[in-house]
Amino acid sequence: MVYYVTALLLILIGIYAILTKKNIIKIVIGLSIVDSGVNLLLISIGYIKNGTAPIFSLKGLTPDQMVDPVPQALVLTAIVIGLGVTAVALSLVIRLYDHHKTLNINKIRKLKW
Amino acid sequence: MRKVTAIFVLAVIGFYMISIIATIPFGVKRDNVGQHYLKNTVKETGAVNTVTAIVVSYRGFDTLGEVTVLFLAATGLGAILFDKKSKKRRLQHASLIVRVGAHLLYPLIVLLGAYVFVHGHLTPGGGFQGGAIIATGVLLMFMSYRTFETSHKVLVYIESLAGIVFVLAGFSGLIWGNSFLQNILPAGEAGTLLSAGIIPIIYIAVGFKVGAELTGLLDNLLKTIK
Repeated sequence: MVYYVTALLLILIGIYAILTKKNIIKIVIGLSIVDSGVNLLLISIGYIKNGTAPIFSLKGLTPDQMVDPVPQALVLTAIVIGLGVTAVALSLVIRLYDHHKTLNINKIRKLKW
Repeated sequence: MRKVTAIFVLAVIGFYMISIIATIPFGVKRDNVGQHYLKNTVKETGAVNTVTAIVVSYRGFDTLGEVTVLFLAATGLGAILFDKKSKKRRLQHASLIVRVGAHLLYPLIVLLGAYVFVHGHLTPGGGFQGGAIIATGVLLMFMSYRTFETSHKVLVYIESLAGIVFVLAGFSGLIWGNSFLQNILPAGEAGTLLSAGIIPIIYIAVGFKVGAELTGLLDNLLKTIK
């Protein structure tokens, strides 16, 4: 249960950072906090009490005691996509800084709300 | 005003997320497709690691799309940061301790990365993780030796070759089997290195591809430091 609460808190903290922060790098950090929160939520949905990793490397492991492998495979994809999103966002930040010489979104015209 | 609006938005999102999550029980066993995978993976694919079997075999087409997304991200980053003038990183070495340490660790980190993606079907890990580990090794070298260069051409060749291997493995399933990315090689004895058919081949290709892509991405980002 604590995993659900933590995941929810992470998602909300990330959205709060995206909505209120003025430094554009902090907004990107907010995006990746939301990303971690969603990943944690998916993984904890697949958790089974006292379950082990879904790998049959030891003899005597049965499918009954293993956690759900599907969310783990999904999260593997999500982590890679999150990495791509963060990289492209940071490159855009670099270009914005080159152009405006500031990271404050209030000073960059057309970007404030 | 902005904070009040943000907290209101958060309250709305939080309310709906709590009301959805409250309907999902925590830590109980579910009778879903995951159980099918757990019961049949070793029989059907020969891979011991169920997650790898799902990523590469059952949902291999998704992984091809995922690799494409990563490739597009790396290409997009290169296109956004493209600059005719600044081609060199700033020439400034780290301290002697960092340099010697990096020199010792670099081959070991690359070896660990290679181990992780070669044993993707046996142990936790796989192509994406192994590639990321290799890229961290190269990043260590980039940070400690500012003159350390990776050849852009070699990276592009490794990346393209790895991508071609993945797609060819997919087409081999189409030619000798029934569907794209079908596992046409024998499954072998589960738990040994040479098992699970085309899964290790695809994961090794993915490992090379991700390692080369992330290295190029880091190189592009570091070259923008003025």
